[in-house]
Amino acid sequence: MARTIIPFGPQHPVLPEPVHLKLVVEDEIVKEAVPALGYVHRGLEKLVQIRDYHQMIQIVERVCGICSCIHAKAYCQGIETLMGVEVPDRGRFLRVIWGELHRVHSHLLWLGLFADAFGFESVFQQFWKVREKIMDMMEATAGNRVIISVNVVGGTRYDLSPEQLRWILEGLVEVEQGVKALQKTMLEDYTVKARTVGVGVLTREQALELGAAGPTLRGSGVAQDMRQLGYSAYSDLDFEPVVETGGDSYSRSTVRFREVLQSIDLVRQAIARLPEGDTRVPVKGNPEGEVVVRVEQPRGELLYYIKANGTKFLDRCRIRTPTFANVPPLLAMVGGLELADVPVVVLSIDPCISCTER
Amino acid sequence: MLFMTQNILKNFVRPKATRAYPFVVREPFENFRGELVNDMDKCIFCSMCAKKCPSQCITVDRTTGTWDCDPYACVYCSVCVDSCPVNSLSMKNQHRKPAVVKEPLLLKGTPPQPKKKTGARAKASGSETPPADRTAPGGDDTPKAE
Ligand code: SF4
Ligand code: SF4
Repeated sequence: MARTIIPFGPQHPVLPEPVHLKLVVEDEIVKEAVPALGYVHRGLEKLVQIRDYHQMIQIVERVCGICSCIHAKAYCQGIETLMGVEVPDRGRFLRVIWGELHRVHSHLLWLGLFADAFGFESVFQQFWKVREKIMDMMEATAGNRVIISVNVVGGTRYDLSPEQLRWILEGLVEVEQGVKALQKTMLEDYTVKARTVGVGVLTREQALELGAAGPTLRGSGVAQDMRQLGYSAYSDLDFEPVVETGGDSYSRSTVRFREVLQSIDLVRQAIARLPEGDTRVPVKGNPEGEVVVRVEQPRGELLYYIKANGTKFLDRCRIRTPTFANVPPLLAMVGGLELADVPVVVLSIDPCISCTER
Repeated sequence: MLFMTQNILKNFVRPKATRAYPFVVREPFENFRGELVNDMDKCIFCSMCAKKCPSQCITVDRTTGTWDCDPYACVYCSVCVDSCPVNSLSMKNQHRKPAVVKEPLLLKGTPPQPKKKTGARAKASGSETPPADRTAPGGDDTPKAE
């Protein structure tokens, strides 16, 4: 059959977010994909001109709901660097606890959606059922399920009481059991493997060349994780980046699956080593200067560039989200696929389009 | 498929993960940020909350003694609660009821007055502490445009 263009998205049954790809197909084989970004552009970066640098915390949290806590953390870290603010130890550890809970809930959400993409509805529901426990933890400790709004410049707004910590640890046992009960299905099941193994391969060289980030990069065998930089309290915790070498959809899902367990372990470590003391320090004055912050979001490396001029309004706040970095690798993966595999591969990079288009 | 079958069979004997919602309601968590309330007897109309609010949804008018919040623009971040100098703002842990008409939250109180005026005002209103009152539903106080 002659070449045809099939639009994929922005509204598509399997997609949680409005990604839009124009697929050039020939006989159901994708020859080329052309992305069209900008469908949900909200102009959040522009708001730095009319909202002061404290109010921007709530705004950057809304760049991406799912990893709101980590956006705010990156932003606060940047402002703290500019102002020379030292976050108290307890604040640093609490940031890790909430940040890792966020990662667990994001990955569980994704694992469910991924299962949904290849039509395994019962796994989808089961993952989301497990995830509900994490949502409860965030709601009980920080006041909201998703946008928990715990970070402020100088530390965290809330503290965790010993009872809450105990309750979180008990809940994590349940979450871990729930996730492990799905391990065989997700990693060994014949039908799951048939849809994911060898589909959407990104080699190590391609991943590096195209600038992939996060689990997409680690699924191609590159051990790079921004948490290795040791921001927050990661320098005081033991962890190794999770790496898989296959480079296909299966490897990427395995990376995320293992990262759920890794994050649970990190929360446990952080709770065990949680120091006493204040969670925040008071902050006076306005930031000045330029800074670049890199942190690890569930989807990969998140980069903030902040330029401040000594007033309460910033000059510039540029946000580069991991999905933006993962779009070129995605286009490389999609070429040569069968049309039916496209949703699975698109989801395998965990696209967060609201993030990307800000 | 068989790996998942074990989970499915277990789910038959496990308690249900969902609730029959409108009939069975889970107790809200103590710290949940559900609804913003202002104790108008305490409010001193300093406008601190309006200045700090990231979504700019609070309007304070010192002359008429009104404190107005657009609950549909509020993001329930609690920044105003933290910034109020007299702790007159607080968060209820129950979320707002679903509504068919957009109902702004317009509260009235007495702004602090210079000393000599206080007597005249108290006489005029006939009470020392006028109660905070909410506008009737469907009142034509339109919330400020977003
Ligand atoms: S609610 Fe609090 S911060 Fe807002 S005007 Fe009243 S006293 Fe000031
Ligand atoms: S909770 Fe946040 S958004 Fe709502 S009125 Fe207070 S400061 Fe504004």
